[in-house]
This record gives sequence, C-alpha cells and structure tokens, in this order.
Amino acid sequence: MQSSMTTRHRLGNGLLAGLVVLPLVLPAAAAQGALFPPGPVREIVVGKDRPIKSIKDGVRIASSGDRILVRKGSYSEGNIVIDKPLTILGEGLPQVDGGGKDEIFTVRADNVTIRGLLIKNAGVSFMHDNAAVKIDGARNCIIEGNRFSNDFFAVYLAKATGCTVSGNRISGNGKAEATSGNGIHLWHCSDVKVSGNYVTDQRDGIYIEFSNRVLIEGNQSEKNLRYGLHFMFSNSCRYLNNRFTQNGAGVAVMYSKNVEMRGNRFEKNWGPASYGLLLKDMQQSRIAGNTLAGNTIGIYSEGSFGMTVEQNTFSRNGVGIKLLGSSTDNRFTRNNFLGNSFDVATNSSETQNRFEGNYWDNYQGYDLNKDGIGDVPYRPVRLFSMLITDYPQSLILLRSLFIDVLDLAERAFPVLTPEALVDRRPLMRRVCID
Amino acid sequence: MRETLKLGRYQLRDLMRSKWLFAYSGFFFLVTFALFRFVGDGSKVAVSLMNLVLFIIPLVSTMLGTTYYYGSREFVELMLAQPIKRGSLFAGLCLGVSIPLVLSFLAGVGGAFLFCGSEVAQDLPAFLTLLVVGAVLTFIFVALAFLVAVTNKDKARGLGISLLFWLVFSVIYDGLVLLAVVCFADYPLEMPLLILSILNPIDLARVLILLKFDVSALMGYTGAVFQQFFGSSWGIAIALTSLVGWSVLTFILGRSCFARKDF
Repeated sequence: MQSSMTTRHRLGNGLLAGLVVLPLVLPAAAAQGALFPPGPVREIVVGKDRPIKSIKDGVRIASSGDRILVRKGSYSEGNIVIDKPLTILGEGLPQVDGGGKDEIFTVRADNVTIRGLLIKNAGVSFMHDNAAVKIDGARNCIIEGNRFSNDFFAVYLAKATGCTVSGNRISGNGKAEATSGNGIHLWHCSDVKVSGNYVTDQRDGIYIEFSNRVLIEGNQSEKNLRYGLHFMFSNSCRYLNNRFTQNGAGVAVMYSKNVEMRGNRFEKNWGPASYGLLLKDMQQSRIAGNTLAGNTIGIYSEGSFGMTVEQNTFSRNGVGIKLLGSSTDNRFTRNNFLGNSFDVATNSSETQNRFEGNYWDNYQGYDLNKDGIGDVPYRPVRLFSMLITDYPQSLILLRSLFIDVLDLAERAFPVLTPEALVDRRPLMRRVCID
Repeated sequence: MRETLKLGRYQLRDLMRSKWLFAYSGFFFLVTFALFRFVGDGSKVAVSLMNLVLFIIPLVSTMLGTTYYYGSREFVELMLAQPIKRGSLFAGLCLGVSIPLVLSFLAGVGGAFLFCGSEVAQDLPAFLTLLVVGAVLTFIFVALAFLVAVTNKDKARGLGISLLFWLVFSVIYDGLVLLAVVCFADYPLEMPLLILSILNPIDLARVLILLKFDVSALMGYTGAVFQQFFGSSWGIAIALTSLVGWSVLTFILGRSCFARKDF
C-alpha cells in the first residue's frame, strides 16, 4: 500500500517537470520544421475586416500544419499556390473567384485540406487544364464540402495519392464540350476516394485515366455534356452506389480490368450516341446490382472479355444489352429484364457469351415441375433487333405487323439470330435484388 | 347535302339493325378495358392498343365497306331512279358506313378510357392520337373499299381486291420498305424513309403514335430524326395533310367513278 503511494507520487513529479519544460522546447522544434507529431495548430484568420485580407497572404505567413480560416466574403486573387501542408477552411461559404482567367488553387504539398469554399470561374483555356482546385503530385489531400461553380475543370488530381474528394457540389458552365472541363478529373492517381459529390453541367462528370485503386462511391452525376463517368486504363477501381442520369452520352468505361461496379443507377441517358453503360475492351470485371433504366442502350459491350454481369435490373431501355460479336466469355446471370423494347441485340450470328438464369418479362414459356425455372429456353435476340443493329434506319418499322410476322417465323426456325445466345434456365419470377 | 344526310341517317338505322356496330364497339371496349386491367402500365396499353387498332380498323373498314356496298346494290339502283345527284348518293353511302364505324370505335375505346381515367391521363397525348388516327383510318379504308366496290362488278373479285389493298398497306408495304433499307443501307435513308412512311396511312399512324411514347428517343439516330421531324409543326402539318389527303382523294376518286358508272 505504502510503496504504491510513493510510485504514484514520483510519477506526478515527473509529469509536472515535463509540463514545465515542454513550452520551452516546442517553438524551437516548430522553427526547425521538425514538427512531428503536430503541436498546437496555429489558426490564421483571413477576412476583409482582418489584418490579413487575402488568402495568398494567409498562405505566405502560415507554417506547415496551420489552419487558415477564411471569413465570409469574396476573394479574387488569381492563382493561389499551396506549397505546404495547410488546412483551408471556409466560414459562411466565402467565394474564391478566378475571374475567368486563371487556375485557382494549385496544391503542391501533401496533407492539404480545402473545405467549405465556393470556388468559381476558373478560366477556360485551350492550352492549360485550369482547375478550381488542382492537386499536383501530392499525397493525402482532402477536398471536402466545397461548391464549385462555372469552373473549367473543378477538381483536378494529377499524380495524386491517397486523396479524398467528398461532399462537393460542382456545376459547370455547360455550354460546349470544348469550353467545358471535367467535374472531377483523376490522372495518374492511386488510392483516391471520391464520394458523395454532385456534378452537373461539366463535360465529363467524373473522369479517370491511368489511375488505380480508386473508390468512387455515392456520387451523383447528371446532365453533363458528355459522360457522367468516363474512365480508361484504370484498374482495380470500385464504383459503388453512384447515380448517373441524363448525361449526353451516358457512362463510358474502357480498357480496364478488375473493376467492380455495384449498386449504381444509370438512368435516362437518351440520344443517338448515348449509353447507360458503354464497355469497351473491359476485362475481368464485375457489374452487379445496378439499375439501368430508360436508356437508349442499357449496356453496350464492345471487345469486352470475362465480365460478370449479375443481379442488375434493365428496365424500359431501347435495347437492354447490345453485345457486339467482339465481346467474349462474358456471363450474364440473375438479371431482370423489364419492359425493354429489345432485351438483347447483337450483330453476329454466333456468340461466346453465356446467359443463364435471368428473368425476362417477355418470356412466354412454362414451368411444369414448379422449380421456378422455365422449361423452354428463351432467346432474347429478336430478328428485328439484329436488323436494327445492322440497319438502324429500319427502326421505322418498329411494331409493324410485317416485322411481327417475320419475328414469329424466325422464332419458329432460327436462321439469322444466334443459336447459342439463349437462356436455357430463364426464371419464372423476378430476381429479388437487395 | 340534305339528301346526303338523309341517306346517311337511313344507313345508320340499317347498320344498327345488323348489330354489327355493337359487336365492334363492344370488342374495343372489352379489349381496352382488359388491357388496362391486366397490363396496367399506360404506355404499354397504348402500344398494344395501337397494334390492335392498326390491324383491326383497316381490315374491318375495308371488309364492311365492300360488303355493304355490294349488299345495298339494289337500294342504290332504286335511289338512282330518284332525282338525286349521284355525288350526294355516294357521299351518303360512304359516310353512312364510316361515321357509324368511327362512332362505335370511339364509344368502345373511349368508354373504356372513362373507367381507367388515371392511366389515360398520364399518356393523354398518345391516347388522343390513337383515337384520331383510328377515326381517320376508318374514313380512308371505307372510302377505299367503296372505290374498289364501285369499280368491280363482281362481289368476290371486289372483296379480294380490297383485302389485297389491306394486305399491301399493312404488311407488304413494310416488307418493301425493309427491302429498300437493306438494299440502300449505305445511303442516308432517313428522308426517303420519312416520305415512304408518310405515303402509307397505316405506317404514318404507327409512327405518329410511337413517337408519343419517346420509344423513338430511345432508339438512336434514326429515331431522333423522326422525332425531330414529327415533333415540328411542319411535320405535324404534313402528317395531317397526308392522312386527310388519303381520305379525301380516295373519296373523290370513288365518287367520280360512281358518277361515271354505267349501272
């Protein structure tokens, strides 16, 4: 009992001594720039009625790890380069205006956080990819809860690693593809997380190129001029629970492998060159639990290989799946096809893809043994859908009596439609998708 | 004019007696009603109904028109002995068949619409187009049937020819269009196809109704071209002109044949 009292007493003394010494040591450490772990964070307040009136000045006098609090107001100071780890925090949504000429924030340091700003009018340029916030070769930066308005590019990540872009609202100028940049642009990035953003009126909502292990989650991308989501050469990425609606050309994903797309909604992408989801030369990826509704073409697949497409719902599309002959070894299982003008269209009379255990609302077979699987195979490709693929103009005969007769004849004796493109185990009831 | 009306009224009574009209009306009522009950979704109902309208109306109109003309041959000869202009006699006969047909079609489909108001309201333009198109098609094909019946004395031959006309307009024409599409696939075919579809009243009716569902907007470039054309006021004017032109021209042609015919 007594000995324990003495130990505690000694310990208390030691602590006390430490507390006295610490303030003496700290400033010295900070001055040397060897601040790890971070000491007390200095807060620099920038405001029109404050001694420090511009963000640039704030950045200049700040030292690594400081926090710059930007008060409500409008700041128009051209290009602001951030070259040390800082947190820039807007209070009451201050406006940072690029005046339609410059790039606004250029981040060249790791651990930078930008939060709560309205960043607008990053200049349109045909020479430079001017962005509202460009992160250039930095790590662990966070762009969060900002608003972007009328910017050329909004958030541009180049060679960035471990960054997070979340909860931003981005709306572009939405005029023409040439004078509009991308909402969230990732180039040569890795381990980036893009979540909960809303993007509209940009060229591409979210653009990803040469990036690996990116997580795109819970974003909404609508009414963009070109693609809602556009990615190429980006492997091992995940796209979860996003929503892509009414984009000029839908969503295009190309030249990537090991991609997972789950729980996304692709809706109302209408137009001559518009696709719910365009797959070009994709490999070994998984598309599951998505909803593709009201698109000209639900999924368009060209040269894709080894894809698993399951538990998706294709409803009210012009064509549910347009599968070109160059696509091989893809598997389509447990999908729902509801109210599409055509379930599957193809241009080849052979196929090396497998359809199995889907629900087709046009299926007219029966199920004698009541195991939930139709006893008659279903051929989702109609003659007319092949005609339309080869001769788009024949669309004018849609729902004509002549075409119905032709379809009926082809169905009885398949000649032109691919013999192998058949679902031998069509489901009698809709797949429950959770 | 008064003679035409009087004749028309007489024919209406005559047709009513044959109970044909009630069956026609009841058929449309039942089918529409059943479609709404079992399919539910408004646009799907409209598409199914469209298939039916484009198939049944021209067929029934041609068949009924031809048989009616041949059936009332003695009545026509009796009338010709009276001081009545041949033109008004023909108009009376023609309208006397087509107007009751139109009315019973409208009553059948329209009656079912009344029971399913909420679904109809969602796709109102499509359903209205359907009604108008159905009515115009009736006029066109009754006039066509009369033209055939007037120019052919033999009943079997007349029936055959009018059936052939129906077949041409609803099936063979589309086959030829498809053939043209396949043969000339390398050329920009949108405009020629538009013209071809305007020339055939059944095709025109089909395209007009389909465009009301945005099905075309879903279907790529060709659909977009058609949408743009028929969406413009010019396109609508041309489509209407074509439909009205078809009914007026066949009617006038039939009337002049009737006027010159040696009974």
